[in-house]
Order: sequence, then C-alpha cells, then structure tokens
Amino acid sequence: MAEASTREAYGKTLVELGRQNKDIVVLDADLSPSTMTSVFAREFPDRFFDCGLEEQNMVGIAAGLAASGKIVFVSSFAIFVSCRCFDQLRLCLSQPELNVKIVATHGGITVGEDGTSHQAIEDLALYCALPGFTVVVPADAIEAAEAVRVATTIYGPFYIRLSRPKTPLVYPEGYHFTLGKAVTMRQGTDATVIAAGIMVAKALEASDILARQGIDCRVINMHTLKPLDEAAVVKAASETGAIVVAEEHLAQGGLGSRVAQTAAREKPVPMEFVNIGDRYAVSGKAEELLQRYGLTARDVEEAVKSVVKRK
Amino acid sequence: MSNHSEMSPESASVGNKFDLSTTELKEMAKKLRRHVITMTATAGSGHPGGSLSAADIITALYFKVLRHSPQNAQWPDRDRFILSKGHAAPILYAALAETGYFPVAELATLRKLDSRLQGHADRKFTPGVEMSAGSLGMGLSFAIGVALAARLDSKTYRTYVLLSDGECEEGQTWEAALSAAHFKLDNLTAIVDCNGMQLSGWTRDIMNLEPFTRKWQAFGWYTIDIDGHDFDQILSGCQGAEKIKSKPTVIVARTIKGKGVSFMENNAAFHGKAPTREEAEKALKELE
Repeated sequence: MAEASTREAYGKTLVELGRQNKDIVVLDADLSPSTMTSVFAREFPDRFFDCGLEEQNMVGIAAGLAASGKIVFVSSFAIFVSCRCFDQLRLCLSQPELNVKIVATHGGITVGEDGTSHQAIEDLALYCALPGFTVVVPADAIEAAEAVRVATTIYGPFYIRLSRPKTPLVYPEGYHFTLGKAVTMRQGTDATVIAAGIMVAKALEASDILARQGIDCRVINMHTLKPLDEAAVVKAASETGAIVVAEEHLAQGGLGSRVAQTAAREKPVPMEFVNIGDRYAVSGKAEELLQRYGLTARDVEEAVKSVVKRK
Repeated sequence: MSNHSEMSPESASVGNKFDLSTTELKEMAKKLRRHVITMTATAGSGHPGGSLSAADIITALYFKVLRHSPQNAQWPDRDRFILSKGHAAPILYAALAETGYFPVAELATLRKLDSRLQGHADRKFTPGVEMSAGSLGMGLSFAIGVALAARLDSKTYRTYVLLSDGECEEGQTWEAALSAAHFKLDNLTAIVDCNGMQLSGWTRDIMNLEPFTRKWQAFGWYTIDIDGHDFDQILSGCQGAEKIKSKPTVIVARTIKGKGVSFMENNAAFHGKAPTREEAEKALKELE
C-alpha cells in the first residue's frame, strides 16, 4: 500500500481552512515543526500562538479564544495534550462545550524510539471520558484531512489523533468522511474486525490472509470513537456473530471498551481484543514495537480465528 | 480613564452605567457582603471568607470600572471579568444580581438543585459568568485567550481576572504569567486578592509566596500594590493599569479574609464553611 503522513495532511489542510476562515487560530506548544502547524504559522503568523512548553496554559488560552468566537486548533504530541492538561480539558473545554479542536500527533506506540514518555496509549480513554468531546482516529492521511475539515464545520470540542510515521493509505483521493458513521471497508459474514487508526490497514491485511484460509471477515473502520456508530456494531454482531476490536491503545477505555459496552447491551457475541494490553511500551522502531506489543496483521488474524471458534 | 482615543465610537459612549461615588460604593459593598452571609447561611455551605475579602474589589469593578450591560450579558464589546478564584462565586453572584443580570431573589437558590447559581462559578448556567472555575489556577490562562481575541479583532474591551494568592501556588498561574508578558498583553489586568490565607491556614505557613509582587515583576508584569479594601486605591490601580503599554498589569491587593465580619476576619475556618443561623445574624448586624 502507498503511504502518506497524517500530520502532513493536517498541516496542509489547516492552511486551506485558514485561507477560508479568518476566525481559525492555531496554538502549539513548541512542537510546530513536528505537528506541522508550522505551515499555518508561516502563512498566518498573527493567528498562530506558540505557547511554549505550557500545555495547561495552552488549553486555557484556547478556551478564552473560543469563548470569544474563535475556532481554535490546538496541537502537540498526543501524550502531552492529554495527560498533562486533563483537568484543564475537563473544566475549560469539555464542561463549557467550547469550540476547540485538539489535533494531536504522535499518538500510540508508533512514536517509536522516543519510548514510554512519548507514547500516548491512554489518550483515547481520557478523551472518551470527557462529556461533549468528539473523538476521531483517522485511518489514513486522506481521512485525517477530511476529519479536520469536518471538525471545523461542527461546533464543539474535538480530539483528533494522528501518527508520527507515514501510514498506509486505505482510501482513494475524493473519499468523503461522515462523522460518527463507520465505514465498512470489506464485507464478510464469519466475523467482523472493528478497527481505528493504523489498525484499519492491519485488519485489511488480515482479512486477505483469512480469505485464503476460507474465513470471510468483515472489516469496519470505526474512525469516530465518540459518538460511536452503535448501529454498525449491532449490525456486525447480528450478521457475523463475532467481533474483534483492534486499536493502538491500552486495553482499557478506548475503542474496545466502547464497542464491548454497546455489544453487551444490544447484541452480545463472542469478542476478542487486539491492543497493547495493560502495560507501557519501550523504545524501538515502530514496526518492531507493533510486533512486540501485538499489533500486527498476524495478531488480528489470530484473534479472528479464536473468536470464530467461540461462535 | 485613559485610552478613550483608542475606543470605537459605540464603546466609547458607554462607560460603567452605575458609576457610583466612593460613599455609594462602600454602601454597596456592605450590601453585597450581606448577600454573601445570607446566601451561604441559607445554602448551609459555601465560601464566605474569600468572598468577603474580594467584596470591595468586585464592587468597584461592577459598579464603577467595567463597561458592561447586564441586560445584554453577551454584548460583544463588554469588558470581561473572569473570576479565577471560583469559590468566591457568592460575591460575584451578589454583584451580578444587584447590577441586574438576574433577580436578587434568585440569590437564595445558591447551591440548590437546578439553581443557576452553582457552588463554583459556571459559565454554562449563570448570565454574566464568563468562565467555569473552581479548579484553581486556570483563570489567567482563559483571560489571556480572551485578551488575545480582542487584539485579533481590534476590539477595545479590557479583560480583568481576579485570582487568589493561594491559587498562585498552582504552576499554571506562572505558565500564564510568563505568556501574558510574552504576548505583551497590555489589555489585561490581573488582580490578586491577597488575603494571606488559604483553606487550612496562613499562606506563608502552607506554601510561602513572598516576595509576591517581585515575582510578578520578574515575570515581566507591571505591578501596582494596593490596599484591596480602599476604593480610591482600587480605582486608581485600575486606571493606572490602563495606561501601561506593552505589558500586562497585576494589581496586588492586600486584603483581609472574611473582611467586615469580626469573627470571620483572618479566620481560615470560614474559608469553606457557611455561618450558622446565629452567626449569620451576628454578621448581618455588623454589616448594617
């Protein structure tokens, strides 16, 4: 598969949006060359504020700007713009439902060599815990650009999680993103893999392998974790009778928890989970870490086989 | 007041519509203090100590300094007042009610289920409240965002934020202090209600903040030291701040926790405890 960078797509899209709408302002915490908000900063220096290494302050400033009518994009690494400023996210953005879009790059363990301190593996649990927040994990660069565009048109706080490395493209140019509406990437009847972010490409790869083994596996891109497309979960449970949830995140609080909660209530079926588990990761190359922490196509394949056996 | 030349015609025509004299301000502050006592006693909980220390500052702002329009709380050109020490909500609610944002009778609903007057200041429920607060140390950051928006939109409104000295123990306050100076926000006035106390005792014993004014100076702020219970000093401090260019101003207001009620003054026990009915009666007598 061809690859592209979600954060480069973000930077490019932000500039497009900035040209169309003068109310868009962007904040960053000394990471703009990495988050790619630097592209916006170059074209619109008056609407870009580098807040330095002050993530808590940055979220408060974003709230004040949003309360004054601005559409505020806030970027940093996913770890710093979740754990470091959670109380501020809660009281300054979530509770008052302000129009701030947190677009975090360097999500998950594919950050790689920087290690534990830089690997956001609990960010989705934290953001999903915030009432009023919309949480999106795009599957590729094309979906990332679309999600950023759509977020600008919908009032309220958003969290959009992007990656550090280039990731496989699963969509063609011209793909149209609908917030809160899961995308069935591949039909199937034996089981469904519900995935988000980089795990969508892994799930597609697994489904190819499984097809050769006679297992007909559905693949769903659940790009919006919150609000969750519950109808898609129920449909998958009803029609395929088994679900695997795959995400680049801890076991608790992310997509797996959300899908399981819906399935348990509406249509309980055997489920398996592909995630990092309940542990921190270490330094290493992204691909090595995906292997070590169980996030490969092979891991998805094994989970599907085991869930099908339990039907 | 300075800076009139920079005001847009429509905002320049509107000052503070109450424009009380110093004598009237003193009477109004007493009235607001009485509301604080009655409200917290009725609620059976709340924070009278830090409300009373801020009473004169809040009275001066709402009845003399701020250009605001209680009948049009969202007037885009209004001066912004942000209460960072969100536990002092009772004194803010008293000022909002007496200036007409909502009926004075509503003050009796403080902290009750379905009341618009939440335990801590909350922008979602209360007309005139700009920011949800109560977790300390966040208000200055919010105020910076509001002041930056004014600059982006070429608006002449001024942003005021009231902090407690205790909340300056929060690191975020100093992140914000750095950035307000870095962004050269001369349209921002911070006022610190330095009552010297916090929940469990004297600030100097729990986490010393002194030399306090010098810290703000070191962070790049213009500083004005005042007696926070002297209206002439509060007003001249606010006017002085408007004249300063290229840097934010902090007014370090030395105050007395529980000011105006003898048994509450300098008494940390009344930080977060409401007066009993008997205590309230005694307090109201002192505030006649």
